[in-house]
Amino acid sequence: MNTNFNPTIVGFFCNWCTYLAADLAGTSRMKYAPNVRVVRTMCSGRVDPQMVLWAFRNGADGVLIGGCHPGDCHYQEGNYKALRRTRLLRKMLPQFGIEPERLRLEWISASEGERLRDVVNEFTEQIRRLGPLRMEVAPKVAMAA
Amino acid sequence: MNGNGNHNARIGVYVCHCGTNIAGRVDVHALADFAGKLPGVVVSREYKYMCSDPGQDLIVKDVKEHNLNRVVVASCSPHLHELTFRKTTANAGKNPYLFQMVNIREHVSWVSDDTVAATEKSKALVRAAVNRAFWLQELEPRRFPVNPDVLIVGGGIAGIHAALTLGNAGKQVYLVERKPTIGGHMAQFDKTFPTLDCAACILTPKMTAVRQHPNIHLMTYAEVSEVSGFVGNFKVKVKKYPRYIDEEKCVGCLDCIEECVYKEGKYANEFDLGLGKRKPIYMPFPQAVPPVPVIDPATCIEFKSHKCPKGCMEVCGDRDAIDFSQKVREVEIDVGTVIMATGFKTFDPHRLPQYGYGKFPNVYTSLEVERLVNASGPTLGQVVMRDGRRPESIGVLHCIGSRDENTNKYCSRVCCMYSLKLAHLLKEKTGAHIYNFYIDMRTPGKGFEEFYKRVLDEGVSFIRGKVAEVSGWAQSPAEEGKLILRVEDTLLGVVRRIPVDMVVLSTGLEPQADVQEVRRLFNLGCSAEGWFLERHPKLAPVDTFTDGIFLAGCNQGPKDIPDTVAQAGAASAQCMALIDKGFVEIEPNTAWIDEELCSGCHVCIAMCPYTAIHFDAEKKVAVLNEALCKGCGTCVAACPSGAAQQNLFRDEQLFAEVEGVLV
Repeated sequence: MNTNFNPTIVGFFCNWCTYLAADLAGTSRMKYAPNVRVVRTMCSGRVDPQMVLWAFRNGADGVLIGGCHPGDCHYQEGNYKALRRTRLLRKMLPQFGIEPERLRLEWISASEGERLRDVVNEFTEQIRRLGPLRMEVAPKVAMAA
Repeated sequence: MNGNGNHNARIGVYVCHCGTNIAGRVDVHALADFAGKLPGVVVSREYKYMCSDPGQDLIVKDVKEHNLNRVVVASCSPHLHELTFRKTTANAGKNPYLFQMVNIREHVSWVSDDTVAATEKSKALVRAAVNRAFWLQELEPRRFPVNPDVLIVGGGIAGIHAALTLGNAGKQVYLVERKPTIGGHMAQFDKTFPTLDCAACILTPKMTAVRQHPNIHLMTYAEVSEVSGFVGNFKVKVKKYPRYIDEEKCVGCLDCIEECVYKEGKYANEFDLGLGKRKPIYMPFPQAVPPVPVIDPATCIEFKSHKCPKGCMEVCGDRDAIDFSQKVREVEIDVGTVIMATGFKTFDPHRLPQYGYGKFPNVYTSLEVERLVNASGPTLGQVVMRDGRRPESIGVLHCIGSRDENTNKYCSRVCCMYSLKLAHLLKEKTGAHIYNFYIDMRTPGKGFEEFYKRVLDEGVSFIRGKVAEVSGWAQSPAEEGKLILRVEDTLLGVVRRIPVDMVVLSTGLEPQADVQEVRRLFNLGCSAEGWFLERHPKLAPVDTFTDGIFLAGCNQGPKDIPDTVAQAGAASAQCMALIDKGFVEIEPNTAWIDEELCSGCHVCIAMCPYTAIHFDAEKKVAVLNEALCKGCGTCVAACPSGAAQQNLFRDEQLFAEVEGVLV
């Protein structure tokens, strides 16, 4: 294991639960690994699998999707959709040579600052153990608009 | 637009120090330097407090001088100041949605202990925001009218005060209470601390005022069963349970209760916590509002056997108010705003068996003692214990179910003061020797410390220590027939045994048992303990994360009556602010579908939780109804053609942001 490896992780956090949990961890001054960079979406149901692949393609070593607990979604059921998509995507990832463990979906509610901290720390360690992804990145093509 | 978004983007980046909150951990000079070199960035600055007037002026001035068309501020959470800086951007003459926020306080400086790592993370986030800024678009908020009617859920002192405030302001109010009467916990209290006002004397006039108010529609014995819509335009279904007595016809003479086949009360009266008895037809307490009895079908003989002589019906006669055929009714109401005043429940001391509640008859909860010392309570204010004796010594145990790692960690805030009040009232009524066992005496409030001093002067004994056990195990003749309290007196440093006749458990406050269901019904957040989450603990203490729904009273956290009433007033003012403005502006984060790209595959239609998308059979494309869309974006994530897009969260914006955090 390369202990010097500092993984880069993209976090897709929903606006109502996990993003607020990260805010709460902040206001509670909890310290945690600085490896997760958060992209806010209104709902975990907005996280397009292509966005996850785009993150891996651009150098992410791991992707963490954070949504509300089952039954708590601000939009009724977006988190269930995120769950289904994540399950399918994790089955697909090995075809790209990506370990499915590099993608994780977690339910973290707005009041769970501690859980946010623990999940980030634990996931960072997990990715550290897996090592860098080292995707063979093809020359960049302009994204279709 | 091509792969780089708007080529004409002229971006200004502003790094906030937030005093030392950010600057103490993030190298803000390096961050501003870094941002200045990013493509598209025309100006990059740092400032002590970006949200202050001079900070905002800096942005306005730059936008004008440098002809900026994008503003990026790296400061705190968008939940705190996104609106502030959107307004700044608008003040500078630009569309407010050409602003992008970066959270380098809650998500970086406050959670990092390493300056290098924190600065690197901040750079990545700023780069992402700048990348995203290229793709920002001018948007207009959606505007909807606000229905001026208000729903208040819960008829305790919070709901009552809010209903009267709004009713007096000329607003139509629906006050929904699930019990047969309004009044809540306050109606059960005897006196209120620290002034020793009689609770009934200050509450019952307000209860009557609610009933008589032309603008308040009182719905007791009713529960909200469904909520849909959004701020300004909620549709609410209320389930009205049958009381079996017609509220319109009943005149409140109570002859029916008199004529019940049961001559004496036989069943535990819920209002008196089982200390008194009631008949199957009863009023919870004499001053109940509405003053209409209720029949309990579980105990009424007519419901059980259909063989009751029905003296109640007979005496009611022509008034014909009694109706055994009543069923649950559902009523639909439209309101623009909602106040949640759903209150609390008291801690159940069965969970702490060491205190002997339920085992020793003379162990009481504080709420039971409120009923016992109340002149209109089951003993008419006489402190007679369950075994018929009058106590000569009483132990009041603070912090039962509060400040305890095994139950609730939080302080319930009101127990010290009500324990002092009960000590005073019990002393006054019985002359007994009173011991108060406390961990810390917490009396921060107007007149509170003075009240503590008064009770001290009255000769109540205060022992600093948490009682470990209440037992009946006498070790000497003096302890025979007593409840023995074992406690470590932390001021003397000794373990003591104190025999008493009566024990009062000062139980803490807990969220209502069904708080999770209620929370989901109204789409609210909860703290880990189950208290409703306010939008901001300091700056938006009665707002929730669901626009148009406000909090009042103990459902947000334990508080006393003055604080509850103040919060009810604040929540009413927030409702009025929306009503009097007349319209709401909704975040324009709705989705839309590009007809040209749509292949008519139907995938998005099944995804939408609000049935906002339908299929146009003629054009063979999906069509989105913007008025129904709430902006979750799940259709966008599902669309295989990229035809569905979401304003503020377009694919291009999110992909650019992802690229930015990595590169």
